[in-house]
Amino acid sequence: MSILISLAYLLAAVLFILGLKQLSSPKGARNGNFTAALGMLIALGATLPLLHFTRAGITITAIGVLIGAVVGTFGARLVRMTAIPQMVALFNGVGGGAAALVAVAELLKFGVHPAFSEALPSVFSIVIGSVSFAGSMVAFSKLQELMTGTPITYPGQQVVNAVLAALIVGFAIAVLAIACVPFSFVSLMVLALILGVAFVLPIGGADMPVVISLLNAFTGLAVAASGFTLNNFALIVAGTLVGASGSLLTKLMSDAMGRSLGNVLFGAFGQVRTGGAAAASDGQSRSVRSASAEDLGTLLAYSQRVIIVPGYGLAVAQAQHAARELADVLEQRGVDVEYAIHPVAGRMPGHMNVLLAEANVPYEQLKEMDQVNDDFKNADVALIVGANDVVNPAARSTPGSPIYGMPILNADQAKNVIFMKRSMRPGFAGIDNDLMFGPKTVMFFGDAKDSLTKLVAAVKAA
Amino acid sequence: MNNELLNELTFFVLAVFVGFEVISKVPTILHTPLMSGTNAIHGIILVGALLIAAGANSPVTIALGLVAVTLVTTNVVGGFVVTDRMLEMFKGRQPAKPAEAAKK
Repeated sequence: MSILISLAYLLAAVLFILGLKQLSSPKGARNGNFTAALGMLIALGATLPLLHFTRAGITITAIGVLIGAVVGTFGARLVRMTAIPQMVALFNGVGGGAAALVAVAELLKFGVHPAFSEALPSVFSIVIGSVSFAGSMVAFSKLQELMTGTPITYPGQQVVNAVLAALIVGFAIAVLAIACVPFSFVSLMVLALILGVAFVLPIGGADMPVVISLLNAFTGLAVAASGFTLNNFALIVAGTLVGASGSLLTKLMSDAMGRSLGNVLFGAFGQVRTGGAAAASDGQSRSVRSASAEDLGTLLAYSQRVIIVPGYGLAVAQAQHAARELADVLEQRGVDVEYAIHPVAGRMPGHMNVLLAEANVPYEQLKEMDQVNDDFKNADVALIVGANDVVNPAARSTPGSPIYGMPILNADQAKNVIFMKRSMRPGFAGIDNDLMFGPKTVMFFGDAKDSLTKLVAAVKAA
Repeated sequence: MNNELLNELTFFVLAVFVGFEVISKVPTILHTPLMSGTNAIHGIILVGALLIAAGANSPVTIALGLVAVTLVTTNVVGGFVVTDRMLEMFKGRQPAKPAEAAKK
């Protein structure tokens, strides 16, 4: 019997890997998700014979599964695609929190002096799981705009975090070596929760893609650690896969920002951005060109090739459908339209692709940075909607700039640049964008959605 | 170090390599579904939550079990459903080749 159960767990692990493998193309991706879900069902089915229900146990299990299934289904059906990052943060935190709770329950069973190799994974799971839970909740609050998205800093922040980390190490040693009692591991959990909050507070809203990826990796590792405690291979493999995925995405995201992971996580503590902020103020007197919707509509309508550069602002204004509409009317006139997607466009890795897919943009039109960057010089118009730092030429040309070295989209090489923006406010990096003042650039101020709708009307009239 | 722990470590290390290998093949365009899909997969911790909840016999374990099972079930079900919803939208209408293939 136990052999069969182990084999079922092994099968589940294989299905998880196959499922992720099928995610390597948009065509097979949906099946991949089914494959992974099947793996989950098999793993859960294999667990059933291991459960020895108490009277209370069967009641709470039934209630928990029922509530969870209903809430999960409705939540997932109803969530707007712009809110996916929050939802991922929430689920991620919940998974991490559950891993920590499972570890707590395991430690309760162990007694005062557990074997080191059994208690270590539990301690790891409590710390990482709790940091992930609390951090994800802060990330959720920032993304949901329940709290400010700007970095929250206070004097002595680094000291506070260092003290918290030291206390956590201290309590971890206490649990492992001195006494594994509720006081020690509950304190450990509380401290880790506080650290999770303190860790994400100083990270700005625009850096959330990195934070979400990192916390995703954390939860994966916490689950893998639980696998060690429960001696369950399926948990180890599944958790590790998630850990690998999260780590890889974290690296991709910080590379795409041209910053080290350390700078993203701890940048708000240092003085990295003050130089940029100072530079921003002296640019206000420079003049920009702006134009009417009619002029721009004519320009777009008589172009051969238009590349749309969507950014964070498009997501905020929920303007993906309006962008799609503009692309449609242009294509009807024979204009070649593409979307240039910077890796950190949107609020989590790949978010912009989902938003545009929701607006029925065929994925063939979505071009990654490396694919599209050489095309800009052949484009008549680069239409920048709600993006800023990712098209700032300073990343190439100004070594002192905070974003210097960040890979950018070469929108400045297009024959004309239409820069759609709410105002002249600098982007997240707090620096001026020379592209706005360029001779080929026309500014078009206003809410991204309204502006795009106006352009659609203007193109139709042209 | 006992045999079981050694086995588990072996699994872990191999899974790290497989994980990096498989995930690095996922194109940027699918990174959000990837993340929400892996989010559902780490919901496998439901196995652990069920073990606690089933055997719950004290107020503490009942509370722990109930909270854990409810939260992770939401995680698993919601994660798979929302990933499916996203991937459904990605079904390109034209039978053209995926963007990633064009890059190579």
